[in-house]
Amino acid sequence: MTAGPVYGLMAEFETPTELVHAAKGAYDAGYRKMDTYTPYPLEEAAEAIGAHHNRVSLIVLIGAMLGMIGGYSLEYWVSVVNYPLNVGGKPFHSWPAFIPVTFECAVLGASLAAVFGMLALNGLPQPYHPVFNAPNFVRASRDRFFLCIESQDPRFSISDTRKLLESFNPEEITEVPY
Amino acid sequence: MSNTSDSNPNLVSVSEIKPASMQLDTVRKKLAEAKGPKYWRTLEELSNQQAFGELLEREFPRQASEWVDPVSRRSFLKLAGASMALAGLAGCTKQPLEQILPYVRQPEQLVPGKPIFYATAMPFHGHALPLLVETHEFRPTKVEGNPQHQASMGATDLFAQASILNLYDPDRSPHVEYMGEGRAWAECVLALQSEVAALKSSQGAGLRFLTGAVSSPTFGAQMKAVQRIFPQAKWHRWDPVNRDSMRAGSKMALGGYYDPIYKFANAAVVVSLDADFLSGAWFPGFVRYARDFMRGRKLDTGDQMNRLYVAESSPSTTGAKADHRLVLRPSEVENLARALAAKVGVATASGRLTDPQQKWVDAVAAELAAHKGKCLVVPGEFQTPAVHALAHAMNAALGNIGQTVSYIDPVEVDAVEHGQSVRELVSDMNAGKVDTLIILGGNPVYNAPVDLEFEKALDKVKLRVQLSNYKNETTDYVHWHVPEAHYLEAWSDARSYDGTASIIQPMIMPLYDGKSAHELLAIFTDQTGTSSYDLVQTYWKSQHPTADFEAWWRRSVHDGFVSDSPAPVRQVTAKLGSLPAPAPADPNAIEVAFRPDPTIYDGSFINNAWLQETPKPLSRNTWDNVAMISPKMAKAWGLYLLEDDNDHQSDAQRILEVEFQGRKVEVPYWPQPGHPDNAITLFLGYGQTKTGRVGAGTGYNAYKVRPASAQYLGSGAKINVTKRYWDIAVTQGHFSMDDREPVKVATLEEFIKNKSFAHEHKEEEPDDQPGIPETLYPKYEDKDWYKDYAWGMSIDLNSCVGCQACAVACQSENNISVVGKEQVQRGREMQWIRIDTYYEGSAANPSVYFQPVPCMQCENAPCEPVCPVGATVHSTEGLNDMVYNRCVGTRYCSNNCPYKVRRFNFFLFSNMPGTDWDTPSLKLGRNPDVTVRSRGVMEKCTYCVQRITAARIAAEKDDRRIKEGEIKTACQQVCPTEAIVFGDINNKDSAVYRAKNTPRRYDLLAELNTRPRTTYVAAVRNPNPKLESGTEKA
Amino acid sequence: MAPIEQIDVRPPKGVRPPIIGPGQTLGTITDRIAGIVLTKRTPVFWILIVAVAAAIFGMLQTAVAYLLAKGVGIWGINIPVGWGFAIVNFVWWIGIGHAGTLISAILLLFKQSWRTSINRFAEAMTIFAVMQAGLFPLIHTGRPWLAAYWLFPIPLTMGVWPQFRSPLIWDVFAVSTYFTVSFLFWGIGLIPDFATLRDSAKTLVVRRIYGMLAMGWRGSARHWNRYETAYMLLAGLATPLVLSVHSVVSLDFAVSVVPGWHTTFFPPYFVAGAIYSGFAMVLMLAIPFRYLYGMQDFITLRHLQNAAKVMLATGMIVAYAYGLEMFLGWYSQDKYELAMVSNRLHGPYSFYYYMLILCNILIPQSLWFNSVRSTPWKLFMVAVVVNTGMWLERFVIVVMSLQRDYIPSSWGMYWFTKWDVMIFVGTMGFFTLLFFIFIRLMPAISIFEMRTLLPQAKVKE
Repeated sequence: MTAGPVYGLMAEFETPTELVHAAKGAYDAGYRKMDTYTPYPLEEAAEAIGAHHNRVSLIVLIGAMLGMIGGYSLEYWVSVVNYPLNVGGKPFHSWPAFIPVTFECAVLGASLAAVFGMLALNGLPQPYHPVFNAPNFVRASRDRFFLCIESQDPRFSISDTRKLLESFNPEEITEVPY
Repeated sequence: MSNTSDSNPNLVSVSEIKPASMQLDTVRKKLAEAKGPKYWRTLEELSNQQAFGELLEREFPRQASEWVDPVSRRSFLKLAGASMALAGLAGCTKQPLEQILPYVRQPEQLVPGKPIFYATAMPFHGHALPLLVETHEFRPTKVEGNPQHQASMGATDLFAQASILNLYDPDRSPHVEYMGEGRAWAECVLALQSEVAALKSSQGAGLRFLTGAVSSPTFGAQMKAVQRIFPQAKWHRWDPVNRDSMRAGSKMALGGYYDPIYKFANAAVVVSLDADFLSGAWFPGFVRYARDFMRGRKLDTGDQMNRLYVAESSPSTTGAKADHRLVLRPSEVENLARALAAKVGVATASGRLTDPQQKWVDAVAAELAAHKGKCLVVPGEFQTPAVHALAHAMNAALGNIGQTVSYIDPVEVDAVEHGQSVRELVSDMNAGKVDTLIILGGNPVYNAPVDLEFEKALDKVKLRVQLSNYKNETTDYVHWHVPEAHYLEAWSDARSYDGTASIIQPMIMPLYDGKSAHELLAIFTDQTGTSSYDLVQTYWKSQHPTADFEAWWRRSVHDGFVSDSPAPVRQVTAKLGSLPAPAPADPNAIEVAFRPDPTIYDGSFINNAWLQETPKPLSRNTWDNVAMISPKMAKAWGLYLLEDDNDHQSDAQRILEVEFQGRKVEVPYWPQPGHPDNAITLFLGYGQTKTGRVGAGTGYNAYKVRPASAQYLGSGAKINVTKRYWDIAVTQGHFSMDDREPVKVATLEEFIKNKSFAHEHKEEEPDDQPGIPETLYPKYEDKDWYKDYAWGMSIDLNSCVGCQACAVACQSENNISVVGKEQVQRGREMQWIRIDTYYEGSAANPSVYFQPVPCMQCENAPCEPVCPVGATVHSTEGLNDMVYNRCVGTRYCSNNCPYKVRRFNFFLFSNMPGTDWDTPSLKLGRNPDVTVRSRGVMEKCTYCVQRITAARIAAEKDDRRIKEGEIKTACQQVCPTEAIVFGDINNKDSAVYRAKNTPRRYDLLAELNTRPRTTYVAAVRNPNPKLESGTEKA
Repeated sequence: MAPIEQIDVRPPKGVRPPIIGPGQTLGTITDRIAGIVLTKRTPVFWILIVAVAAAIFGMLQTAVAYLLAKGVGIWGINIPVGWGFAIVNFVWWIGIGHAGTLISAILLLFKQSWRTSINRFAEAMTIFAVMQAGLFPLIHTGRPWLAAYWLFPIPLTMGVWPQFRSPLIWDVFAVSTYFTVSFLFWGIGLIPDFATLRDSAKTLVVRRIYGMLAMGWRGSARHWNRYETAYMLLAGLATPLVLSVHSVVSLDFAVSVVPGWHTTFFPPYFVAGAIYSGFAMVLMLAIPFRYLYGMQDFITLRHLQNAAKVMLATGMIVAYAYGLEMFLGWYSQDKYELAMVSNRLHGPYSFYYYMLILCNILIPQSLWFNSVRSTPWKLFMVAVVVNTGMWLERFVIVVMSLQRDYIPSSWGMYWFTKWDVMIFVGTMGFFTLLFFIFIRLMPAISIFEMRTLLPQAKVKE
């Protein structure tokens, strides 16, 4: 057993079903500061721990708007305000010709927002995280399913929490040191 | 761009660098042999390998011109290698220390950056074209016609335009040579003086001079003086393109040598008997004649229009403009002339004619009879003397003499028949009677009648001296070679076709060691060292021994001509003696016609890159001469033809072996619509074995089969079709208009019935004031654009004779690059204005139309919106500007240009050999007002924007609007027929406004709504209703 | 080398082959796919292929260097044919890219689970193809050093702004956006798999490298949740994007006045053609890949058949477009359009046109037959033919239209030079090189998505 502060208790399960069941149980027991770790996206797990809402879509919308407005106003400013030219007798403000670039800028803004927004919200890149200290955690990216209740949770206590977790009969329970 | 292989040079790509000259070890060997400081001079002599010499002269920067050589990277690597080996050498030949100094006393009237114009004249084989020459800081950069001179009226031909490039040609002979070794001029003078001394004793027996046709009064006077000192001396004449038939003809009919002067302005009906008076300089007075003739076809006042009948044996631009063109074999023209003469009351007998010929003769005769005194019969320079005699007789019978034609004493000094003259010289040489031969200009070894074997005879002469601006074939046979000064380098004088004398004043000191004929001749009149200025002035003093000579001289030099000096009209009576019996013509024998090349003349312009790349008016090929035959013969001989006889998509032509009087020459055939059957036309001037970088290895040498007996036409040639091909660089692939009507044309009756025949498809044309439903385009007029000036151009298709002068003028004015044969084959020619040639009707005798196409300067220019960088945009005056330094070269604009008038620098064309930017001499010739375009940049016609700007500056300085006619574009200025009109279309009483508001005006591709500023005036033909069609469909 | 093909015999009628072979577990999937990357010994065929590709890439570099030294004159282009191989290749490569996005984005939106095993390398194909395409606009001016200022709006004292009315500028934005988005899509798709590689790496160095790439991914539910949202949204964005890109490319032609270019149906026609050639390229890559790496369990006949069906469908659209082109030409009764049509049929380049019809319409009809759809080597042959045909299509559009436009006197011909060919072939070498390097260093099949296909991956209530 490790001395020193503990990040949380980590339970390892063989199947997603067990994991979800355990996660629900822990949630019902009032635990909030916890997380599940799975080798592939598992919606049920997210719902179980009450984390199925996020603000990515909003960020993307904003990105799209910025891209669109930025793109069009650049074209307008360049061709009408800053350096108007008679190009083949066409109007300075040839809006139909400005649409494609506007569209592309919107998509570009949205996509960048989506990716970097997602990473930011996830706090990635994050070189170090305590859960990696769990001995068998490498299998979280392979074929094992983990539930970790964090010591930050007010209800957290090594013994009670361990008891609770044991009730879901996991493969193994480990204390995750910082 | 040259090569040494002779047998058939054209099978070798013209832009190949002679590999032999790049052998590294030979270079090293020569370096090893070379000793001391003077070795690079000896090196050059050691190696006759021209390119090696070039390499030396070039040193390093000229490698750049290799970069742009499009063909072989290999040759570049070789050259690079050689230059490495030469590194040490290049070190030795570093430039001498040169100091540049500001003007201590600024020459008066020189304002740096402001051009000054000087009047002068260009002597051209027995007559002269009066010129104004534009000079920048005393460097001649552009040639214009002398507007005050009756022979020019401001226009020129393409040779005058291109002559400026000859002045700066780096391949001109640089120094005096004795037996191929460089010598000082003084040495040559000494040698000649001792010879002169020797000759004095023998009265000059054995002294012979050979020149071309000369019209210089001073020269004539000098020659007289020489003959006074040396009574036994003889002066022979030889011009390969001479006027022998005309001379003989006038002797026959008029009893002496006279030059006919035609007044086309007074002629309502013109009949041309193989007379090519609308083609170019070889018809003396072409510039003035073309203008007068076309003035009669403008239709701007009333519906009157002259009518042109042409009977010709080889397609020419004159035939192309004919209202009725009759295709004849060369020998048939005389017969036709006899028949016609008989009809108009000249007693003569003729052989029988074919039905179309007979019809034609009847109709023409009737017309002539109906227009006594207002008609004109013009005989062709290249026809038999009889034709000339008959023409004189007919004009006399029709009372035209004094009305439409008059006669003056020959403009050529001491006129002779050249064929006769040169024959005498050769026989004298063979008889060993000639000790000293002075060849002033010309290249007889190359172009003398082949059967005279001039070079053999030349070997028998003890002392041979040549004055020539290039080292040519003759140079190999002479002892002394003296470089000749260009006409812009030396004082002289000359007479234009109508006898008006001009003082030729030089614009610049001789760039090389050039001497004028006057200076050379002075040695024989004991005036050694007298400058040609003094010689010329002394002569004219003798003509004007008045007190005010100084003023008179100044005025004459300033005006560019001696006032009231036209030769007096001679009263002649044409009495037709017995004509020599016409040569019996075998209808099945193949007849040969020799013609000067449309762009390089008799070969004297072969090293002129501009002219080499100017398409021949009818065949549109460049860098070569072709042999024209009729499409029918081509089929008969099983030569490859596309289904459309007018289409030359393929640019590889089979080689024919032409055998004439036992001599053979290999020529690329060209199926020319409108060419007579059983006949072949060979063009002179190409295939020179010893010439500059540009001319080397181009074309075939027609002189090889041109005997004295048949200078222009002969019968009984044998044609043998070989299996080999000859690459022809054609600038126009397709010669038929198909269902499109780029050229709109109607007959005079149709025109009178329906003035706006050019607008049959009104529905296709956008309306002039489109409203919102028709267009989303804004009215830029409302934004105050095009308000001040709106530049526009109108091109009269009726007047254009396709002489190509505008193309060359544009090239000279706008520093347009030359790209070379291989690039033209790839379709990358650069000339900004092209003259499209269209054939309509049967290939046997089609109607031919010319259409000059510069940039249309569309108001709704399709090229502009597609440019990603805004490198081509509109100016407030409606010009479609091209911003060179902004252009990145996507070529999208060219793709989107429906007129395809844009030109692209696929390589560093501005550095192509021949017009490259490293050769110092060539730098001088460029127009400093026009940017030299670099690689990867699009370019096109700018309406000579530099001239517009110059005029605007002038106008703004004295706070006025630009006056009508103040700006002339280069193409407009040079056009002999005033076909091109340019100006401000906002100005309601400008010529261009009027031209644009004639009912005949139409827009090219109007249906695209590009609203071009360049518009056309539709052509009108004036066929004789009695002859069913404009051109006899044979 | 690959084991003997078990499943790859013709299945009995009516039975659709599975999208994942039997007997696979979370672990086996991970090991099989990650194994390709993590194995120590590089297969011989890989070294051979990469060596050849690298040689061809070298040829490309030579050709481009010579081009920059001398100018675009070394190509066959001229006036009137101002665009030649460069633009043809550009459009061709861009088109090929489209299938990748289509598979990864559109099929994802349509919940086509079969896409998962091919989307990863299809996306890689997209990126590499777009890289090839992007090369051409850069070099086709012969002076790429100018590209910096004209491609993108950079404030300069001269006020040299892009001219936004020009389709070429639309291209710049479309293609660069397309590349960026495809790259992001591909990139975030890789993150969880990098994590897998990190965790199954044997040596420290490898673990470190993939660790950095994985950015500390740990499969937390909250992360997965946002990740999924972002991934879905990207798919939703990429879908209209991919349609817009080739539409914009087609506008390069449609906006001009050149007969044969100036038509309104180009955008859909080009998009269909793009997907057509793209799927052909997917097959050209997938079939050798599954064979060489024995991936028949993951890329099954099902995938090949589906790809074949998509090809058949888009091929029919393209055929329709060819018909339409001819019909509109005739229907307009415009003399220039008619001339364009007859030039296609009888012009000097008509041979290419008939080859195009053969490659793009006639031969692909064989895909109607199950025997062809379920025999990999036959499919491969058809794919090759289709890609040839699609290249010819662009050649016909670009060259044959420019070669004869309005003024008969300015009609011309176009002969490509050896440099044209070297650069074209060179890009193929470059593409192959990139692709095989990718296969060696990154999981060519999305591991975490494959896991979701397993029955045991579902939560049972």
